[in-house]
Amino acid sequence: MSKAAELAALIGSGQAQGDRNLIINGAQKVSQRGTSFTGQGANGSAFFTDRWYCFSGGSSAGRFTATQETITDLAGFTSALKLDCTTADTSIGADEQLSLIQSIEAQNLQSLGFGTSGAKPLVFSFYAKANANKTYVAELYKNDTTLSSQSHTFAVTTSWQRFEIPINNTNASSIGTIVNDNGVGFYWLINLHAGSNLTSGTINSTWLAATQANRMPGCGSFFSSTDNTFFMTGASLEIGEVATPFEHEDIGTTLAKCLRYYYRIGGASAYHRYGVGSCQGTNSCGTVIYSPVGEMRDVPSLETTGTASDYGIYEADGVNACTSIPALNSAGTNSKQFNTTFTSSGNLASGNAAEALANNNADAFLAFKAES
Amino acid sequence: MFTPATITNAKYGLDPITGENTCINCAFNGSHLSVPLAAGNTEYIEIMRQVAAGELTIADAD
Repeated sequence: MSKAAELAALIGSGQAQGDRNLIINGAQKVSQRGTSFTGQGANGSAFFTDRWYCFSGGSSAGRFTATQETITDLAGFTSALKLDCTTADTSIGADEQLSLIQSIEAQNLQSLGFGTSGAKPLVFSFYAKANANKTYVAELYKNDTTLSSQSHTFAVTTSWQRFEIPINNTNASSIGTIVNDNGVGFYWLINLHAGSNLTSGTINSTWLAATQANRMPGCGSFFSSTDNTFFMTGASLEIGEVATPFEHEDIGTTLAKCLRYYYRIGGASAYHRYGVGSCQGTNSCGTVIYSPVGEMRDVPSLETTGTASDYGIYEADGVNACTSIPALNSAGTNSKQFNTTFTSSGNLASGNAAEALANNNADAFLAFKAES
Repeated sequence: MFTPATITNAKYGLDPITGENTCINCAFNGSHLSVPLAAGNTEYIEIMRQVAAGELTIADAD
């Protein structure tokens, strides 16, 4: 094929266009929640760097610390997500699982044409290294219509490698569409620990029913030793049959994408002002806070930290400590604006303007969470 | 795909103007959340799933 023909084919594939990575914050540069997360691994999901979370299942005894790590040993990259095993678990229960995950919003996947004869091929790629050689399982899980998955083992070493995993396109046209909504279309997973419920079958090497036993055969255990570490950055999912170089983007673009799912304010100064509102009677202050990117994925939950008195209401020349942790008021709250209620002990003048703020606590934050 | 979230201390919160239930305050996987009564909210969906399954009770507001 001539160079001109190669270029034409590349343009036709969609790979030559910008913004081709379906993963958000693949280079691990944005981390609104902080940079270190200790004591992880109990049942449930916990977010670390923006859009990235771990799911722990099956009551494993294993525990780990996650950090947004500054790196200097991988050209072009400055950050990675590091997982560091702090408590080992060598007795693996059948239903145990540890997976590093990003969910991908379904409406961002419509161009893939899943469920049609024009379903497009995909490539799953990332950079990873560890403290020692280990085999884990990369998986793409389709969450809509017909639950389907495909998985591929990869062998990590002590040096950075780029893993480029073509997603087998066979069956992509017959596993149903991805519903055009704001729910989850795909889960992009790196599976790091799995019990026999997830490993006892034959690995799904093409799109097949997401039978649990066929999702993670061959997966090693990150919890096998407290020596274990796992680093990951440069995550990507793109249309095509061959991975293209990781698409670096400016920090403002990445941050704006992240803010659709999580928006944290405060946590930086002792009396951080979250917003200006008005006193609703003598006990409470209503303050409306707006999404900085116009709209979040859905109506968010309000996340807070600490205790009620870490928050306050500034009114009539004084700070009134809160007596309840700030709450969301569903009335007037949608995916664009968030109506918060700060409550104190009855010293407010109804109708007065007031500021909702941190009360002498530089860690007190408000966060609006619309993750899926 | 995933096992249920750990939800504790679920309790309704009131709108200070109308006095009606307006949110559910709870510890959700260890984080303190105020969850809107909104059908598309991820945490609200999980709370209502657990309530329907008889696994969770939401206390009345004070």
